[in-house]
Amino acid sequence: MPDSAFLEAFGLIATANADLYEILWLSVQVSITALLISVFLGFPIGTTLAILDFRGKNLCTTLLNALMGLPPVVVGLLVYLALSRSGPFGVLGLLYTPTAMVIAQVVLITPIIAALTYQVMDDLHREYRELFLSLNIQLPKAISTYLWDARYSLITTVLAGFGRAISEVGAVMIVGGNIDHLTRVMTTAIALETSKGELAIALALGVVLLTLALIVNGLVTAVRTRARKYGYT
Amino acid sequence: MVTPKAPTSNQAEIPCIGTMNLGLTIRGSTLLNDISIQVTTPGVTMILGPNGAGKSLLIKCLHGLIAPTRGRFEIGLHQRGKTIPQAMVFQKPVLLRRSVIDNLQFADRHSHQREALERALEAVSLLEKKDQPATQLSGGEQQRLSLARALITKPKLLFLDEPTASLDPASVLIIEQLIKQASQQGVKSVFISHDIGQAKRLGSDVIFLNRGQVIEHTDAATFFTNPHSREAKAYLDGEIVL
Repeated sequence: MPDSAFLEAFGLIATANADLYEILWLSVQVSITALLISVFLGFPIGTTLAILDFRGKNLCTTLLNALMGLPPVVVGLLVYLALSRSGPFGVLGLLYTPTAMVIAQVVLITPIIAALTYQVMDDLHREYRELFLSLNIQLPKAISTYLWDARYSLITTVLAGFGRAISEVGAVMIVGGNIDHLTRVMTTAIALETSKGELAIALALGVVLLTLALIVNGLVTAVRTRARKYGYT
Repeated sequence: MVTPKAPTSNQAEIPCIGTMNLGLTIRGSTLLNDISIQVTTPGVTMILGPNGAGKSLLIKCLHGLIAPTRGRFEIGLHQRGKTIPQAMVFQKPVLLRRSVIDNLQFADRHSHQREALERALEAVSLLEKKDQPATQLSGGEQQRLSLARALITKPKLLFLDEPTASLDPASVLIIEQLIKQASQQGVKSVFISHDIGQAKRLGSDVIFLNRGQVIEHTDAATFFTNPHSREAKAYLDGEIVL
């Protein structure tokens, strides 16, 4: 690999190349939006599954765990079929827009957030259940207590979801189309630029993506360390 | 089996517990069988018996944590028959992931001032650790906090499931003193223990369980000097009761 490509890549980052930062900004926007929606959906799903006893609960949790391993390209294909002109939501004209990419990421991340939330809440519920019954704690207070006491684990869950979203390529490629200045995000741009032989921009995006991944993992470690230090795990 | 005496007028505020043919069967196993007891005396009722006798299940049923599958029970005040506030201290302390004083505040239904919460912590020698994470306390400290949390709810009836098992002597002493104080203030305690010395120190009456059945229910003095049942005698003699 030519050293000049590396130098050029760092030059693009250092000089705040407009194309590079446009792609970076869109990536972050799409991933954060998808993450917020997934948290909004995933926390209640996971918490409800953990706290409530109902017929079919085991089936639901098995299904949720299975959905964690959804292949992104399959999700991309399903969202594509749903949003394509002949699909049930084709009339909305969302295909090849950032919104379509958000939808695909929400489908991918929500099961992850929900399943990890379920694990955290289920452990906490088993630990606190009898105490709450004994103290006659009502459900709203119990839920707020679970959320507060699980805050460090839930932050880790959110960061894991963000890591998955920002590094996803298959689904957003299919539903976004990787259109320049419209739906091109870091992962799809890296794939495209590499295939074109434009290694400098691909490397620059790779460095940024790697840095983001490191930051997220660093945050996860910091959160876990703090939680352990203060006995919150 | 001792027939409880009718309550006298000064016992009017003493919580009483009555069960009639109480039973619990889980997945085909009968864990509690035909439990009929009347606890009408003040002070501390000790529940003794070998492991697996059903002691914890019995108090969990009485405290409402487990629904019995047969029979019925009533908990109330003499002459009033109304339900009464109750609390429970578990064998393994369950503490929230927050500070010591916040654990106390969480259970505080009476909106005590911070000074009152601090006094409650002082009573269990935990005032200096009020801002520490509760889960980082030692086992004895955690159990003392659990007791303080139970008492802050101002119960009339207190269930204790082996609260001093594996604790250091200092913590045992603090817990026993608090239970005695609570007793003097009219709190009825039902206390599970494997420590016969502790049962002698605290108990006003003893319920002896084996294999999910009440084998004996007598006043403490009679139980320790002249147990009626072969199983209780063997238990007190330190033999292995199966």
